[in-house]
Amino acid sequence: MTQTRLPGGLIDRNQPLSFTFNGRKLQGYQGDTLASALMANDIRLVARSFKYHRPRGIFSAGSEEPNALLTLGEGADADPNTRATVVPLREGLVARSQNHAGPLGWDLWSVNDLAAPFFAAGFYYKTFMWPRAFWEKLYEPAIRRAAGLGALSQLPDPETYDKGFLHCDLLVIGGGAAGLSAALTAGRAGANVILADEDLRLGGRLLAESDPLDDAPAADWVARAEAELRALPNVRVMPRTTVFGVYDHGVYGAVEQVSDLPGAALRQTLWRITAKRAVMATGATERHIPFRDNDRPGILLAGAMRAYANRWAVAPARGKVAIFTNNDDGHRTALDLQAKGVDLLGVIDSRTGARPFGDYPIFAGGRVTGTSGRRGLRAIRLAWNGREEELACAALGVSGGWNPNIQLASHHRGRPQWDAARLAFLAQGGPEGLIPAGAAAGEGSTHHALTSGHHAAADALRQLGLTTPAPALPRAEDRQGGAEAFWHVPGKGRAWVDFQNDVTVKDIKLAHQENMRSVEHLKRWTTLGMATDQGKTSNVTALAVMAELTGRSIPETGTTIFRPPYTPVSLSVLGGGDTGAHFRPTRLTPTHAWAKAQGALFVEAGQWMRAQYFPRPGETHWRQSVDREVLAVRAGVGLCDVTTLGKIDVQGADAGEFLNRIYANMMGTLAVGKVRYGLMLREDGFAYDDGTCARLGESHYVVTTTTSNAGLVLRTMEFARQCLWPDLDVTLISTTDAWAQIAVAGPNARRLLSRVVDGFDLSNETFPFMACAELTVAKGCPARLFRISFSGELAYEIAVPARYGQALMDRLMREGADLGVTPYGTEALSVLRIEKGHAAGAELNGQTTALMLGLGRMVSQKKDSIGAVMSRREGLAQDTRRLVGLQAVDPARPLPAGSHLFREGAARDTATDQGWITSACYSPHVGGHIALGFLEEGDTRLGEIVIAANPLQGTEAACRVVPAQFVDPEGGRLRD
Amino acid sequence: MLIPHPLLGPRDAQEFTYLGDAALLNRPDPASGTAAFCDYVYLRDNPAGTHRELWYHEYGDRSWLLVTRDTLSHEILDVRLAREVKTGGTA
Repeated sequence: MTQTRLPGGLIDRNQPLSFTFNGRKLQGYQGDTLASALMANDIRLVARSFKYHRPRGIFSAGSEEPNALLTLGEGADADPNTRATVVPLREGLVARSQNHAGPLGWDLWSVNDLAAPFFAAGFYYKTFMWPRAFWEKLYEPAIRRAAGLGALSQLPDPETYDKGFLHCDLLVIGGGAAGLSAALTAGRAGANVILADEDLRLGGRLLAESDPLDDAPAADWVARAEAELRALPNVRVMPRTTVFGVYDHGVYGAVEQVSDLPGAALRQTLWRITAKRAVMATGATERHIPFRDNDRPGILLAGAMRAYANRWAVAPARGKVAIFTNNDDGHRTALDLQAKGVDLLGVIDSRTGARPFGDYPIFAGGRVTGTSGRRGLRAIRLAWNGREEELACAALGVSGGWNPNIQLASHHRGRPQWDAARLAFLAQGGPEGLIPAGAAAGEGSTHHALTSGHHAAADALRQLGLTTPAPALPRAEDRQGGAEAFWHVPGKGRAWVDFQNDVTVKDIKLAHQENMRSVEHLKRWTTLGMATDQGKTSNVTALAVMAELTGRSIPETGTTIFRPPYTPVSLSVLGGGDTGAHFRPTRLTPTHAWAKAQGALFVEAGQWMRAQYFPRPGETHWRQSVDREVLAVRAGVGLCDVTTLGKIDVQGADAGEFLNRIYANMMGTLAVGKVRYGLMLREDGFAYDDGTCARLGESHYVVTTTTSNAGLVLRTMEFARQCLWPDLDVTLISTTDAWAQIAVAGPNARRLLSRVVDGFDLSNETFPFMACAELTVAKGCPARLFRISFSGELAYEIAVPARYGQALMDRLMREGADLGVTPYGTEALSVLRIEKGHAAGAELNGQTTALMLGLGRMVSQKKDSIGAVMSRREGLAQDTRRLVGLQAVDPARPLPAGSHLFREGAARDTATDQGWITSACYSPHVGGHIALGFLEEGDTRLGEIVIAANPLQGTEAACRVVPAQFVDPEGGRLRD
Repeated sequence: MLIPHPLLGPRDAQEFTYLGDAALLNRPDPASGTAAFCDYVYLRDNPAGTHRELWYHEYGDRSWLLVTRDTLSHEILDVRLAREVKTGGTA
């Protein structure tokens, strides 16, 4: 350790910790932050600035830090742009500086600083405009390399994140004097309280000050308050929890840092806190005073300097320390540093009548007009009493007054209001139920913070009907700030306002000259107040400078508005662990485990995992498996799990009438024990979804939807039931997951099924095509049987309660062994339906009509149904495109889906476009490539050759227009 | 946002699906022709201020709700079951 370590502080000298910075092995103590530990090792230069690559040091002691952004960790764990001021030091911590070429001390990009006159605000916009093509290829990559913050690891985040929900009567945001007082008041009154604080330990500014509470160190009172709060069962104490945003109706977003260790069980939790009331005890942030070259390492906020001395027992540098202030608070820093044995140069106070508070030199009416020291402060230039002199100085604390942290109160567009007496913006018209207290309400002294915290909690609880006992608050200091407006030191050179974005007073002047008169324009043009610190140390100062330039008052100049988040929130925690396989729920079919055991490959269909095909030994290409499965269905019998199709149970005296209004075709007339194909339209007249509708009883229907539309169709049907026709007696429930459904398809389907049904007569006479029935299978298992076909073969779909699905599949496979029973997946299913010309998702894409699908006559003229009126409107009723089959002239040449159709010899453009291909496959039945598509007047062009052109893939193929049914167009197989 | 469900109390807005302008409750008489349906299907109010709109409690009890909300402040002024509004004839 070096001489910068001071006596006392809230660090544990019995627990030394080793860490590295840029590869250098260093030591600190338990209780240090990374920033205080770097300072204790006399490391002042920690970063390079965003644009000019100026040497930068630690500027603050909290989450407002604009300069000390470091990269922590290595490899996938590397976390860039981490504020050293909020990182608790831990054993083995690896920290690196960022945004420099070569070593930090000899950054090659610091040439940007020499070229500074060219890099003023707006420079990029004006300079890198022409030629246009250069922007993406040359200018932007070069600028991005040289400017900016840390680099991402480009690897997936290996850490674990979670999210959770909390509810409370009172949320207290901030655990300083006001927050602790509010939490104690509400906790003692029995309210359900959450106390959240961004710091590792409670206490806020109390930990940074030397003032006693009840004549004892403030930390003692903090410890007692925390112990009392933790003992109350109705209080939840949450340190390291940053409330980053206020949302509607009392919902607060917060991130809890659970662990910093790589590979910990949990790194962060995203909390949604629903609070009836909240106290905003978020404290205040000190502002600085811009002067020439005010950005050197060693120049800090004075309050931060005091916090480092008192809490972390560290001086900002070896050598003399000076304070530059416009208020009394700067003098507190001087006194505390002096008490710790720091060599004080004196206090430069901009107020002409300023008096010292102790035994130190004071330069009343003085100002700092410049500094020197290439990689850290060496001397300051002092203008005082009409003279200017250079004084050797290793560190300078700057205090320009304090800004209440009112960000959260602005999140609902509450416009901050300027308080001329306090020289600060105060919250006004913030979110309902959010009550500011303490320094956040402009109450600067500890006494005021304690009492205003109590009053805020008492007010909140009174609104909730709770009474609060009289407070027992400790005696505390009650100083007044005494600030006098002094916003910047005018003069030559560059005086930084926003350190993080390298915005100077000159840039603000330039913005003004360029007519950026609105503060919103100023912000966007100069980038002031952007990036990780969101201008916490710069916004108000910039406004004041702008007000001075325009000759307007600060309230007339206005303020920009704060938006969430208060401090940076990682995308990882917003994901809350919902990544990879947890991104969304995965639904498995009842036969999933069986299919997996059969070696099936799976494909995602919405949330479902469906068997895609079942490769057999010797099959080296998916097409071999799929062709085999298709041929097995057409020649023998195949089995496919079709559970994923949406199933909606429709019951009630008016179920038939309800379905008449839902489907374009008539359903009310369907006989019990029969199934009908149904087409739904959207209210705008386009085709929506199709499926089957089975009538199981007088007032009981079961309808199916496509897999992907299952939820949407139920939503639409509920809308119709509740919002359009609530007078109809009908109820709906989704039974998709309740029933396992297996398609049994192929000429041997009846023979196979007859072996599992319990004496049910499957003959064509008693159970013809489009029949349905409830029955039992496998000696008593309840089942539903539908004689429907998607493949065009003799086929059934059999449903059993989902838990018996796998047993039924096993049974069917066993019973069908001698019939060559073959499981088939979604690929074969798709080939079979294309061969049969059945529409599916690609044909029902929301841009097609019943007419185009060749189903125009299904739209009943005898009744009203959703979409019926609009399907007859001009434009839709005259559409001449029709669904056709297309057969490749060269059977080996694929017809890619998405290809557009053209007449032979015609130009390939939109004017000559004749339609497009929706679905395509190789058909083992046809022995060549086939497709379905929409073609202009397609129904009258059978036999014609058209060209399927796919300019994206650079392919063209001639194909013959044929009926959409490649298999059994008369439908004899279905009906056998 | 929290939506006070008439049957279930305050529920998180994430449990709901938003549809929009409650004018969709007023489906025209099928005899009124395509012009009336064009208005119904395509024309919606989108006011800055008080708005009557339809929300579906999709991850809940599947109720369709008629929510009266201030689109500027997100204040919710009234919530009723859509089917009761329809049968009460006040839509």
